[in-house]
Amino acid sequence: MKRRIFPTIISYTLLIIFCVVFVAPILIVLYNSFKSRFYISDAPFELPDADTFVGLENYFEGIDKIGFFSAFGWSLFITVLSVGAIVIFTSMTAWYITRHKSRFTSALYYAFVFSMIVPFQMVMFTLTKTANMLSLDNPLGLVFIYLGFGSGLSIFMFSGFIKSIPSEIEEAAMIDGCSPLQTFFRVVFPVLKPTSITVAILNAMWIWNDYLLPYLLIGSEYKTIPIAVQYLKGGYGSIDMGAMMAMLVLAIIPIILFYLFSQKYIIKGVVAGAVKG
Amino acid sequence: MSLKKYFPIFVLPTLAAFLIAFVIPFLLGVFLSFTEFTTILDAQWTGISNYIKAFSNDDFLNALWFTVKFTVVSVISINIIAFALANLLTKGLKGTNIFRTIFFMPNLIGGIVLGYIWQLIINGVLKFFGVTITYDPAYGFWGLVILLNWQLIGYMMVIYIAGLQNIPSDLQEAAKVDGANRWQTLKNVTLPLVMPSVTICTFLTLTNSFKLFDQNLALTAGAPSQQTAMLALDIYNTFYSKVGWEGVGQAKAVIFFLIVAVISFTQLILTRKREVEH
Repeated sequence: MKRRIFPTIISYTLLIIFCVVFVAPILIVLYNSFKSRFYISDAPFELPDADTFVGLENYFEGIDKIGFFSAFGWSLFITVLSVGAIVIFTSMTAWYITRHKSRFTSALYYAFVFSMIVPFQMVMFTLTKTANMLSLDNPLGLVFIYLGFGSGLSIFMFSGFIKSIPSEIEEAAMIDGCSPLQTFFRVVFPVLKPTSITVAILNAMWIWNDYLLPYLLIGSEYKTIPIAVQYLKGGYGSIDMGAMMAMLVLAIIPIILFYLFSQKYIIKGVVAGAVKG
Repeated sequence: MSLKKYFPIFVLPTLAAFLIAFVIPFLLGVFLSFTEFTTILDAQWTGISNYIKAFSNDDFLNALWFTVKFTVVSVISINIIAFALANLLTKGLKGTNIFRTIFFMPNLIGGIVLGYIWQLIINGVLKFFGVTITYDPAYGFWGLVILLNWQLIGYMMVIYIAGLQNIPSDLQEAAKVDGANRWQTLKNVTLPLVMPSVTICTFLTLTNSFKLFDQNLALTAGAPSQQTAMLALDIYNTFYSKVGWEGVGQAKAVIFFLIVAVISFTQLILTRKREVEH
């Protein structure tokens, strides 16, 4: 017995130490958000006391300064529409190019796969200019850009799954008089559900947190949450640390809530995405 | 087949977005790296002079070296710690799920927010020595390493856990019966069987470290004097804070892309080779 208990204690000790390291930074930001901004940089590890506690003042100031709720709204709008568009359109495209084999469709497939390895900086400048010229520098235009830029990984994942399912059912549906569209949405799309969830999660994580593309494209008029947080830093002036702490907390809360409710899917999706990507 | 006339519905929306968001900017980017321009339309062919300028630019060479060092250190530390945690969490201890949930969480927080969280913590610690993170490039370097470890350990751990759970437990038991100690079991049984996970995690940490931007911008923004700017940030600065350097910026971006492509292909070849062996 003794030999079994001892390693267990060591394991737990190690795990608990790591837990503290993982949670502490968030807790420190949390309690600093209730301190007066003059006491944050000077003594970030001290808990708020009677002198330094300012209640929700930092929150009101931060929300007002960066327009937090409007940023939250735009982040949500852009993420939901982009993820929806990506799941629907790329699954359709993946099905078509997997089932309708021709030189053109396989060239297309390789172009999509190729785009996965290209870093954003490669197209940063030219994409911004192209989007400006085509008047895509607005939230809906951004959704369209995300569909194009996110299509590589999504098509790769959908195609991989579609290749593994037999086409007999689809053929039977077509013989019974279903049009390709009906076949896709009634027969194929429901079968793709696990992959759709994975694709949705991977893209949502990326788009919700993306800073550079929305900043370059729509940042001067519309702020998403990452743009709003970065905006607090401003030009050369000093940062209002109080507002910064409060906004960091507000930026993290929705993510943690979403994570706790859909943890199972997120971890599964991330593992599936990693194994295939 | 009748599918063909449905091409406009099934493929066209994605294809149009793909052309505008990727194909055209990519080809234009390759072309512009050989020209001098400020607005794309005024491009003048200049051959490889942008590439020569890029490679004789101190900021770029410094960023390249900084990025390589950062990537090597991060890949090693993240994978070792993630693998160790995954090992602890596949022993059937109670509370495994709670630990997994906590370790994975930082991965969901965006780079900008992460950068400012760690700026507070690191500056708080450095305060005891009377300095800030922008005082010495070494502080920024290790700050970024700690930040990325914090962000990616949980992610890699989850992949390692999946890999470890796929190992049939009778293999490890057989090793025990044969008298292998823990270290021998780990080295000769467990590790060879999780090699696919090791390849995936190495590749993911490699590309994530190499392409890092948001965290870099928020934590140090390159300070002091661009010495902690990584490649992605240096390319951004070349485009947007140096007038007349757009062509050089694009040449740097092409070089950056080629390095990432080489890393990706190496990974692909390694994975293929291993699949054949099995």
